[in-house]
Parts: sequence; structure tokens; C-alpha cells
Amino acid sequence: MENIGLIAFLIPASPLLAFFIILLFTRHSKLASDIVAMVAILFTWVLAGILLYLALTTPHLGEEPLTAGLVWLPLGDAVTDSLRMGVLVDPLGAVMLFFVPLTATMIFIYSTGYMASGSYWTEVTGEGDHDAVDTAGRKLKKFDATAWKARFMAFIALFAGAMLILSLADNLLLLFVGWEIMGLCSYLLIGFWHNRVYANQPKRITPMLAGIKAFMTTRVGDMPMLVGIAWLYSFTGTLNFREILYNPEVLEGLNVLAFPNVPALAGVTVAGAIGILLFMGAIGKSAQFPLHTWLPDAMEGPTPVSAMIHAATMVSAGVYMIIRMFPLMSAGWDGHALTLPMQVMASVGAFTALFAATIAVAQCDVKKVLAYSTISQLGYMVAAVGIGAYVAAAFHLMTHAIFKALLFMGSGSIIHAVEHGEEHAHHHGHHFPIDFDAQDMFNMGGLWKRIPVTAWTFLIGGLALSGFPFVTAGFWSKDEILADAFAHNPTVFWVLAAAAFLTAFYTMRQIGLTFAGEPRTHAAEEATQTDWRMNLPLVVLAFFAVFAGYVGVHEGFPVLGKLLGGNFFHHFVGSTLLKEPEALAFSWAPVLLSIGIALSGLLIGWLVYVRRPLQAEDEDPLKKVLGPIYTLLENKYYFDELYDLIFVRPSKWVSEQIVYLLLDKQIIDGFLHFVARFFEWLAFRNKDFDTYVVNGLGDSVAEGIGKTSDSFKYVQSGRIQQYMAIAIAGVLMLVGVFVWALFLR
Amino acid sequence: MIPLHWYLLVAAGMFALGVYGVLARRNMVAIIMSIELMLNAVNINLVAFWRYMAPENLNGQAFAIFVFTVAAAEAAVGLALIISIYRARETVVAKEIDMLKW
Amino acid sequence: MVITPVTIAFFIMAAFTLGGSLGVVTNRNLFHAALYLILALFGAAGLFVLLEAPFLAAVQVLIYVGAISVLIAITIMVTRRIMGVESANRQWPLSALVGLLLAATLGFVIMDRFAGKFPVAGVPDDSLTRLGMALVSYEGMEAYLVPFEVASVLLLAAMIGAIVVARK
Repeated sequence: MENIGLIAFLIPASPLLAFFIILLFTRHSKLASDIVAMVAILFTWVLAGILLYLALTTPHLGEEPLTAGLVWLPLGDAVTDSLRMGVLVDPLGAVMLFFVPLTATMIFIYSTGYMASGSYWTEVTGEGDHDAVDTAGRKLKKFDATAWKARFMAFIALFAGAMLILSLADNLLLLFVGWEIMGLCSYLLIGFWHNRVYANQPKRITPMLAGIKAFMTTRVGDMPMLVGIAWLYSFTGTLNFREILYNPEVLEGLNVLAFPNVPALAGVTVAGAIGILLFMGAIGKSAQFPLHTWLPDAMEGPTPVSAMIHAATMVSAGVYMIIRMFPLMSAGWDGHALTLPMQVMASVGAFTALFAATIAVAQCDVKKVLAYSTISQLGYMVAAVGIGAYVAAAFHLMTHAIFKALLFMGSGSIIHAVEHGEEHAHHHGHHFPIDFDAQDMFNMGGLWKRIPVTAWTFLIGGLALSGFPFVTAGFWSKDEILADAFAHNPTVFWVLAAAAFLTAFYTMRQIGLTFAGEPRTHAAEEATQTDWRMNLPLVVLAFFAVFAGYVGVHEGFPVLGKLLGGNFFHHFVGSTLLKEPEALAFSWAPVLLSIGIALSGLLIGWLVYVRRPLQAEDEDPLKKVLGPIYTLLENKYYFDELYDLIFVRPSKWVSEQIVYLLLDKQIIDGFLHFVARFFEWLAFRNKDFDTYVVNGLGDSVAEGIGKTSDSFKYVQSGRIQQYMAIAIAGVLMLVGVFVWALFLR
Repeated sequence: MIPLHWYLLVAAGMFALGVYGVLARRNMVAIIMSIELMLNAVNINLVAFWRYMAPENLNGQAFAIFVFTVAAAEAAVGLALIISIYRARETVVAKEIDMLKW
Repeated sequence: MVITPVTIAFFIMAAFTLGGSLGVVTNRNLFHAALYLILALFGAAGLFVLLEAPFLAAVQVLIYVGAISVLIAITIMVTRRIMGVESANRQWPLSALVGLLLAATLGFVIMDRFAGKFPVAGVPDDSLTRLGMALVSYEGMEAYLVPFEVASVLLLAAMIGAIVVARK
């Protein structure tokens, strides 16, 4: 079908066009930029809906997906070697096509409301007016970033366009293009308030540094990924997903030993090695251990950015990529012994899931909790891919994107309300400190009555995240992963189950600290949030956070399984693979276990934080229970400090001590000084020699060059016809040589 | 039937005359006319090769069309530049427009 | 060598083309040179007809004879005031040598490689339709959608550029 190509190419083109329009024409007008961005994303949404409809009504989409493409870079043999750029909508792509435009549209609507205000402290250097001085002695000035809002819309439009390119790409190179554009956008967006500083917190990371950190950290993963792509291309001669992943011959061909002559790597196949390299890219992008540190700091960006990065786009991209490359990762997998990349993914994913969940328990920043929760949930998906639960991973990717976008926008709404309350309280004459932190959950409390829409939707999102049974989407997807793990890999199951318990607990802790009880500050007391543009997306996403799970209920599930038409999602997405993965037989044990775990986590959280809400100045009850462990968790296991110690400081030290002080100062400067002194000495000893011989020589050389160039300058007559005559005469000489060589010799 | 090389010889002659014109005429308009001659010679070549070598494949004709397009654009911009230069310097002699020199 | 109407037509058109070209580069009156240009371009159009490319011939007449030549004529009139009798510049002997050498080289190569070749096949009936399709399709052997669009943009840019440059 010809139209497929057109529709699919227009989907990412529309936000990209909005990016250019805003930057070039409407950047001075907030309203015009909002309209441009909204029109673009709504257009994209409609087109994506049409394409999704076409995909869903195509029978056997897995065998005959919708594709279109053109030769992008002809190389060698035009048919086989050329790099083609095209679009691919297969069942997995259709899933992306469902939730990416949906969440992106909601985030755009939300952004138009959220970015309506924005002022913060900046540091004044040198002489200049300042409004306050903090404890670190820095002069601070209130800065109003309102003028940057149009630019913000441009960046998120670019971001959405890049994610759509990635979702629709039919080859790894185009996917990588979208991937890297998103890397750039995340840098631009995280550091959006690039001149912001935090009063009284000189150690706290600033948006500018957080942007650099995110960019550099993901770069560590992207380099191996690029190597993997190059290797794959040189080995198979193509990067097209269908040609590699839906082709048993190619997969079989990849399943050969990569390093037959290296004893240490004897068992590694080419598919395995490439799989690991690609997975490294996903580690960086999806913030898996050990490259997870950038993501919590990415919270320095405006909140819609956090939702963009965490839900609809960037971190999903890593998981999407490994799900997409699953046939490569699992090449040679017989259903029992995991392949090397799968082992790595299962261990990294499961470890990350638990590791990040423990950190989330002790965070007090409302967005950081969600950030670590995201890392943890991504770990779930990576582990699911690792144990071969292909469909479950895609399912959780979709539901998680929806409810995590909901939670992030909810948290943004909370922060917005509290900031508003702070301004309000200030106007009424209440004293407030310059370092008031509107994101600290201990500054909140009692928000349930102040912002009911946010509270209800946040509760729904939180329950979906913790896997509250039957009525939330998160339950069904998480349950599918756990059931798969239970059947195949008990170790992974227990690790994930522990993480699920912590997830339920910290979610309840967050809800309790934020909404329950009485306000703990004046700001919380006066918090308000009435902008419909921020409430509407929450409601829409809350709807999907409840109902999106019902497409993938297990056939064997009592009552619901039959009622909901028998696991549509599994058969649909499963058909992306050559051989549809067999659905597990329904089993009660993991279901009951996961229900029990989720409920007990929620219950404990409720007992601690909701039944007896915290009063102002109260400490976190966990602090008493956990003692020093709490400090360890609060400081994220000191990973930032560790990386600072082993990577950042050594490279700074090397550049300062070795390169600057030793190499530059001592060796190079020393040599130069020595030479200089030697010649100084020589010069004084041979003054006359200098005057007559050296000077004379220097002068005559200079004069000679001057005279020569003076006489040559007339070649540059400025007459175009003279130049051309000479050029054509030269061409004729060359032609003469060719004629002599080819015809006369 | 006419052999291929006759066309090619006509085109070659036209091209060589165009080269001479570009190099030898004083007036810039005449230079542009000579350039048009060269482009046309190329077009004759393209079409002749298409007809004699691969008539079933239309790439030769398609290329000729793009040469037309480029020629039209070149003539428009070139003549506009000449008029602009004429306004500024009261001359259309290529030799006298030699500011870009030592 | 058989003299047929076609060969006669060819010789006439070739004479138009080469004679016109000679006129363009040698005539001392610039306006006459422009008229010779029309003659040469018209001859080229005739050659296109003989080559069984009638569409290109029509385009040649429309664009070159119709548009470009008129543009050139107008330019000559606008800038005429200072032009007395046009003559060649001082490097014309060198230019003539270059032109002759070029013609000789090309002629040698042509005679060496292409002498006496005749058409291998007829022109397909649907060639004009296919030419039209080729310009707007982006798949297959003859896919010129992207160059076509680029050419459109080029023309637009040239148009705007010409207006901007030539405006006072």
C-alpha cells in the first residue's frame, strides 16, 4: 500500500516541522508556539491513529507488516548493499504507535499549562544587583525564565519527533538516528534552566551539570552500541529488522563463534557479542545499573521533561530496542539454557529492579522517588526480556509508559501547586526561606483537599505502579512478567518479587507523605491547582492506566480471561517473532504471590504513613527502623560519590596534574624556556653576528618573500575569463593525457 | 538512418563554440548566451545517447529535463546579477568587473 | 550514405545549430547574437525531434526559445546604453585555440568510439507517460521524485533570488 509510506513518514515529520517553525518564526510568542506544537502533535496523533487502525485490521500483521522505504545511501550493488531508510509497522511497532503519540499528546497539553510560570534563583558573578545572599556566600538573583517557554515547546516537539522516528524505523541505523537526537534533546531539556542554582545547597547538582551528566553517561553506552551496529552490518550486510530478525538463515549465520582463537571468549557467538554491545546502549539509555546515575539527576529538568524522558520516550527507547532485537539476543536459544546476552540482561535487569527500589524507599524528593521507581520498573522489563518473556516485556513497557507519565505529570502538578502556595504565602506576609524546596515531600502533606483531581489520578497511577490487583493495568503486566519468571527462573522471580514489595511500599509512602494528614508548611496549606490543561491529561491517562491492562489478561484467568476475549495482546505481539512464543499455562501460585506482595506492601505503607500521618518537623519513621541503612539508601549507595572518585576526579586529576602541570608546565614549557635561555645566551654572546648575519639573513628572506609574492600577485587579475581560460587549458591537458592513455597508446 | 556520431559531432562543435564564446566575448550577456549553448550541447548528447544506447530506459530524458531546469535557474539568476552589476557599476564588460584581485 | 529526407532534415538542423552557435560567439552586434542564439536553440529542438523526443523539443522551444531568449534580449536592451560595437577581448586567439583543441579532442574520441552506431531499438509508445511517472515516483528504476522536488525548490529559490538581486 502506497499510503502507508506517506502516513508513516508524516508522523515524525510533523513534530519535527513544528520544531523548526517554532525556532525560526514563532519563538517570541508563547501562544503561537503552543498552537504550532499542539497542531503538530494532534496531527501526528490522528495519523498514528489511522495507521494503528490499518495495522490492527491487517490480518497476519506479523508475517506481512506494513512497510515502506526508499534507498537512502546507494552502496556497491544497488539492490543488496544499499542502506535503505524506511518505516515498519509490525505488531510491536503498533504497540509503540499506540502509547507514544498518546502520552506525547498528553505531555504537550500538560506542557502548555505547566510552563505558564517559572522563576528561580540564579547566581550573580562580579558586580551586579542581587536579591539575596545564601549561606555559601553566593549572590543570588531571582530570574524569570518565562521568555524561554516557546523554546521549550520546540525542544519537546523535536523530542517527540525523534521518538516517533525510532518507533517507526525499519532498520537499526534509523533507530540509532532517533536515539541520538533524543540524547541531544535530553541534554537540552534537562539543562533547560541552565542558569539555575539552589540557594543554601552549593553541593546540589544544577540543571546544567545534570544535562552534561545525562549526555556523557548515555554516551558511554552509545559507543558500544554503535560498534555493535557496525559489526552487525559488516557481518550480515544489512541493518533492516525484517531481513535480520525474521530470517532464520541470517540468525543461524550469526550463531557462530566470534573469537575462535581467544580461549577466554571461546563460547561467545557473534550474535551474543553483538547482543551484548547493543544491550550496553540500552543500559545507558534505559538507565540500568551501572549507568543509572544520570536519570535521577535528570529530574532537574522541568517536569514535562521528566515525563517525556521517563514515560513516553527516552528510557522506553532502550527497552524497545532490546525487545526489538530479541531474536538476535536469543539466537540459538532452545527455550531452556539462556544465551549470553539473555543471562546478562536477566541479571542486570533483576538487580537493577531491586537495587533502585531500595533507593526509592528513602528519597524525600517527590520526583526522585519516581525516578528510581522508573529505573526499577525498567529493570523489570530488561529482566523480562532476559528470561525470554518477550510479550510481557512489551506489555509492561506500554502500561508503564502510561502510568508513569501520569505519575510524573501528577508530581509536576503537586510541585506546581506547592510553588504557587509558596508565592501566595509570601504575599500574605508569612516568612519563607529562600531555599524552600517545593519538591520535598516533607514540605507537603494534606494536599488531598487542596488538589483533588491530582490526588485521585495520582492515586490511580500509584496503584497501577504497585500492581493493585484486577483494576489497574500495572497489575496485569507485572503479573505476566512475574508468572514467566516463576515458571522459568526462580531466582529472578524472588528478586523481582522483593522489588515489587518495595515498590508498593514506597508508592504508599509517597502518597501518604504528599496527600495525607494536615499541611506541614504554609506553602502546602495554600497550594492550588486549577489549570484545566494540567488536569485533563491526568484524567485521560488515568483512564488508560486502569483499562489498558485488559487487552492482555491471561486466557486461563478465571472469569476475566474468558470475558475479555483471551489475551489479545499476547497473540498480537507474539506474532512479531518467527515462532510465536507459547503462552504459559495459567498458574495460581505466582498470581496469588504477586497479589499478596502488592497488598502487603501497600498495607505497610498505609499503616506507617497514612493511618498516622506525619506532623510538621516529624522525622521519617523509617529512619528509626533502618538506622544507618537509611542514610546509605538516602545517599543512593554513594554511587555518585564513587563515580566521582573513580572516574570524574581521576580524569580531572590527569588533565590537571599530568597534562597541565607536568606535561604542559614542566616538559613543554621547560623545554621552551630552556631553548629560549640558550638562544638568549647565544644572542648576547654573538651580538655582532646577530646584527649582520642573522638580521641580514632574516631581512633578506622576508624581503625576498615579499618581492616574490609582489610579482606573483598579478596572477590574480580578477578577470574571470582569464581564470577560466587557464582552468580549461588545464582540463584539456588532463583530457589529453587520458586520450593518450586510453586511445593512442 | 543517421549514425550516432553525427549528433555527437554537432554537440561537440556546439560545446566548443560555447567554450570559445565564454572565454572570448567581452559582454557578460554574451557569456551567458555561450553558457546556454554549452548546456544545450550537453542536452543533445544526453538525448542522443538515450536514443541510440537505451531507448527503453528513460533516464536520459529525465536528465535532460533537469538540465533544462538548471539552465532556466542559471539564466534567471545570472541575468539578474548582470542587471544589478550594471546598476552599481555602469558596465557589463566582464573585464572591468575585477574588484576581486590583489 | 543514402540521402533521405531524414538526413536532409538533419543537415539543415545541424547547420542551424552550428551556424547559430557561430553567430552567437562571433557577431559584433549583441542583439543579432541573441537572434542567432534563438536560431541555434531552434536547431537543437529540431535535432530532438529527429531523435524522437518530441516532448523535449517542445520544452526546448518553450523554455529556451520562448523564455530564456526573451530574458536575454530584455537584458541586452536594458544594458545597451553603454555598448557600442561589441568585440572580442584580447585573449581571443588563446580562446580560439582552446576551443579548437577541445573540438578536436572530442571529435577524435567520438570518431574512435562511437562512429557508425545505429539505434538498437525503437522508442516505446508509452515513453512520454513513463517520463511523467518517473518524475513523480520514488520507487523503481526510474524514480526522480526527490530530484524533481529539489529542482522545484531550486527554481523557486532562483526566482526569489533573481527578484531580490535585480530589484533596486
